[in-house]
Amino acid sequence: MSVNTAREGHQYPPAEPYQVSREAVREFAVAVKAEHRAHYEVDAAELLGHRDLVAPPSFAVVVAQRAEAAAIEDPELGVDFSRVVHADERFSHHSPILAGDTLHAQVTVDRIRVMGAGAMVTTKVEITTPEGDLRSTVTSSLLVRADEENEEAAA
Amino acid sequence: MSDQSTSSPSTPDIDTLEKGQEIGSREITFSRADLIAYAAASGDHNPIHWNERFAREVGLDGVIAHGMLTMGSAVDLVSSWAGDPGAVLDYQARFTKPVPVPDAEQGGPDTPTATLRISGKIGAVDAEAGTARVDLSVELLPQEPETEDAKPQKVLAKSQAVVKLA
Repeated sequence: MSVNTAREGHQYPPAEPYQVSREAVREFAVAVKAEHRAHYEVDAAELLGHRDLVAPPSFAVVVAQRAEAAAIEDPELGVDFSRVVHADERFSHHSPILAGDTLHAQVTVDRIRVMGAGAMVTTKVEITTPEGDLRSTVTSSLLVRADEENEEAAA
Repeated sequence: MSDQSTSSPSTPDIDTLEKGQEIGSREITFSRADLIAYAAASGDHNPIHWNERFAREVGLDGVIAHGMLTMGSAVDLVSSWAGDPGAVLDYQARFTKPVPVPDAEQGGPDTPTATLRISGKIGAVDAEAGTARVDLSVELLPQEPETEDAKPQKVLAKSQAVVKLA
């Protein structure tokens, strides 16, 4: 199985909406050892002008990967997850993700670059509010290593 | 912006920032328990981050930290410096080397077995946009400093955060 470059540009149906809870923000903040009080205390977040607890900048990955699953699991795209190495990640926020948000996420295969018998697959997830306003964009590249048979064929 | 945030003493003044200026540094440790906690909080349950046998079967030397744990924990230095984690508009990184988190030889599973040193400096200032770019250095420190040729290893590249300051 190898990655199908014809899937470049394909957009998948959105994931189920994700509801950001205070508990999820706090648990994620603890997990990434974030110290800022605005992740934990509503008062501290409000003092900075935020409506509720502020999610750490990389929390968007939680929302994004639910959408990315549609691409990863797409047999037509042909990503063998056991051969995947995470190459890079980028978060662009229009405004920070806050507790209480309901977020929609939809993934597009942004780019497929063939590398030998393997491929670099870049996905782009757009995270939007229920009103359709863009909140965050998450770009992620996965290096899909070739299986040994293909490696030999390419050598 | 509210009055409180603009008058916050912890917000850096963009007019006095210069390229190359250091924003500080800190060390963060990871234990096997930390990897389990990140798996639970993030929903990333890939067994290479908690099962030694599985990690070896896919060609790794052992269990490694989630790249997103390294990336996610490094940016808190920027949040603290900016005074507001919501000020981080853009954050990116490339994963260049895995961070091995071996099982502790003794003690509980929360015994740290990997130490990262994170430091940041100003990479660019855009006074018109009111933003500054912080370039982060994220290095894995040798666990046994007495071993030969043990030196810090860069685990993230192009680790950059754009922060709104004004």
